[in-house]
Amino acid sequence: MGALQRVLLKHPAYFLIAPAALWLLVFFLFPFVSLLSTSLSDPSGSPITGYEMTFRFQNYADVLADYWPYMVRSLVYASIATLFCLILGYVLAYAIAFKAGRYKTILLVLVVAPFFTSFLVRTLSWKLILGDDGWVVGTLQALHFLPPDGRLLATPVAVVAGLIYNFLPFMILPLYASLEKIDPRLHEASLDLYANPIRTFFKVTWPLSLPGVVGGVLLTFIPAAGDFINASLLGNPNTQMVGNKIQQLFTTAGDYPHAAALSVILMAIIVVMVLFYVRRAGTEDLV
Amino acid sequence: MSLADQSPRNLRLTGLTKRYPNGFVAVKSLDLEIPQGSFFALLGPSGCGKTTTLRMVAGLEDPTAGQIHIGDQDITHARPYRRPVNTVFQSYALFPHLTIAENVAFGPKRRGVKDVEQQVKDTLELTELTEQAAKKPAQLSGGQQQRVALARALINRPEVLLLDEPLGALDLKLRRAMQIELKQLQDEVGITFVHVTHDQEEAMTMADTVAVMNAGVIEQMGSPYDLYTNPATTFVANFLGRSNLIKGTVVGREGTGADAVVKVDVYGTVVSIPAAKVHTQSNEGWVGVRPEKVLIQPAGTPIDAPGEHFSGAVVVSSSYLGVSTEYVLRMPWGGELMCFEQNTGRRGGLLAVGSSVDVSWNPKFAFLLDSSQDAGAGLEAD
Repeated sequence: MGALQRVLLKHPAYFLIAPAALWLLVFFLFPFVSLLSTSLSDPSGSPITGYEMTFRFQNYADVLADYWPYMVRSLVYASIATLFCLILGYVLAYAIAFKAGRYKTILLVLVVAPFFTSFLVRTLSWKLILGDDGWVVGTLQALHFLPPDGRLLATPVAVVAGLIYNFLPFMILPLYASLEKIDPRLHEASLDLYANPIRTFFKVTWPLSLPGVVGGVLLTFIPAAGDFINASLLGNPNTQMVGNKIQQLFTTAGDYPHAAALSVILMAIIVVMVLFYVRRAGTEDLV
Repeated sequence: MSLADQSPRNLRLTGLTKRYPNGFVAVKSLDLEIPQGSFFALLGPSGCGKTTTLRMVAGLEDPTAGQIHIGDQDITHARPYRRPVNTVFQSYALFPHLTIAENVAFGPKRRGVKDVEQQVKDTLELTELTEQAAKKPAQLSGGQQQRVALARALINRPEVLLLDEPLGALDLKLRRAMQIELKQLQDEVGITFVHVTHDQEEAMTMADTVAVMNAGVIEQMGSPYDLYTNPATTFVANFLGRSNLIKGTVVGREGTGADAVVKVDVYGTVVSIPAAKVHTQSNEGWVGVRPEKVLIQPAGTPIDAPGEHFSGAVVVSSSYLGVSTEYVLRMPWGGELMCFEQNTGRRGGLLAVGSSVDVSWNPKFAFLLDSSQDAGAGLEAD
């Protein structure tokens, strides 16, 4: 006790990180170890009788062979959604940070407002909006952007649109936070030093907003790549993402080992991509 | 572009006005000509319109009316990045993501100048920043950051360099050192400097010409010496240094030419004021005299300089400042008079509070201001 007390008094930081560390241990590390162990178990068991851990790496080969198209589709959909979120979100965050004046707070509240309704309800309402009898499809057909028998619901467009809609706030908030911190006098200094507004954006605003770009892209891409709600509500069997497969394996098929293996692969791919991306973006160099 | 074979590229403001959408007029029809190569200071309290004027010259603020010319080139509505003008910002506004060398190279690179590296090297040398070239602004001290801001503007060899309270963030000692450095630098590069400040000492130390600005208009413009010795308004008299202002009535004029004086009755004593220092047409006026021009001596002992003589003053307070002593005197008519005296030691001690003194000043140092102006103008400001 005495020794422990001395250590804690000397390094109060340990005190402060203890609750979070305990939380992560219970709710992240234990489940993760259990997931890893399940992914290497013999699938011949059942959720009721349990599975035997046999270091069966064949599970990974199985799911890769069976489900790689879903994996690719997930990454492609998530990338497209992230790109659109970045473009839409940047414009909006820029406008809120620099042009909104006294409407700043109201606009920020509006960005967050969708969170007051459940994710599921909001996605379901997109079903109505994009429905074959809805006004969106009607208008697009009238303008000949869609053929007379064309549709939106149950297409990849609907799934990606749903992803963009649902994850846009996660892009806007970090972007806003880093844009808002930029001293407007830096824009003036840049204009004063012969940079026109476009060069000012690329030489001053964009580099200074990179921390927000990195944060927003991570917060959008990671959940989007693992999402299954949008694909199952707005898509069709050919637009299913890896999240749908994992969910089906866990709940419908009751094949825990293969579901766990697929989860681990998705996680590994995302971690590798994120590491690569953060390195490229060079966040440690940013102020 | 060679400047030698052209007419001088003076900075000329004509009827320059800035009215904000809320109706506030920050700058009221300003007319000003700043000769090429001069060090010009716009001096005034915060909110007087000096920074707005500067921003209009920089192109960061659009004038409501009036014109801005450099030589015969009209730049009134030119975009800021198309003007031969650069600014040293109050907060420096250095780019935090760029190194010092990259900050300094920013302007030349945008203009597509060849041999940027050599220019950056020379400019860093001129501003003694060579060793900081690879650092980021956040790693530098305030004085170094200030020099980077200066280097970043100077490297472009603008025709006019605008300085917006460039020394405001520095401590007193560093500020004094930078004032001298800036002045020397301006002599070396020969660029027109327009310096905005609320620090009258700073303006006087550096500028060839000072324009005192108040409430959107220029109250008076001239060399520091002229402004100090011959202020034209009560605001200038109080804002630039300090002044005793005493109510008086004009009783007559004497002499002609340079010797012409105006006679003014001050509570029963008639004093003379050089006609060139009279700034009122009316019969009433404020007789002004600078505190250090006021001489005092214990009552009854002769004052060793000729001048206007008042007796019956009493010392109300004294502040000993080492190099000088500041006395406040109660005059026979009830008003107060400030007197700053060099501690030459000739009296061998301070005058005690409560002691009676005689007061005098040399008539050539007195000035007369318009009595309709507020005697307290410029006192509370900054």
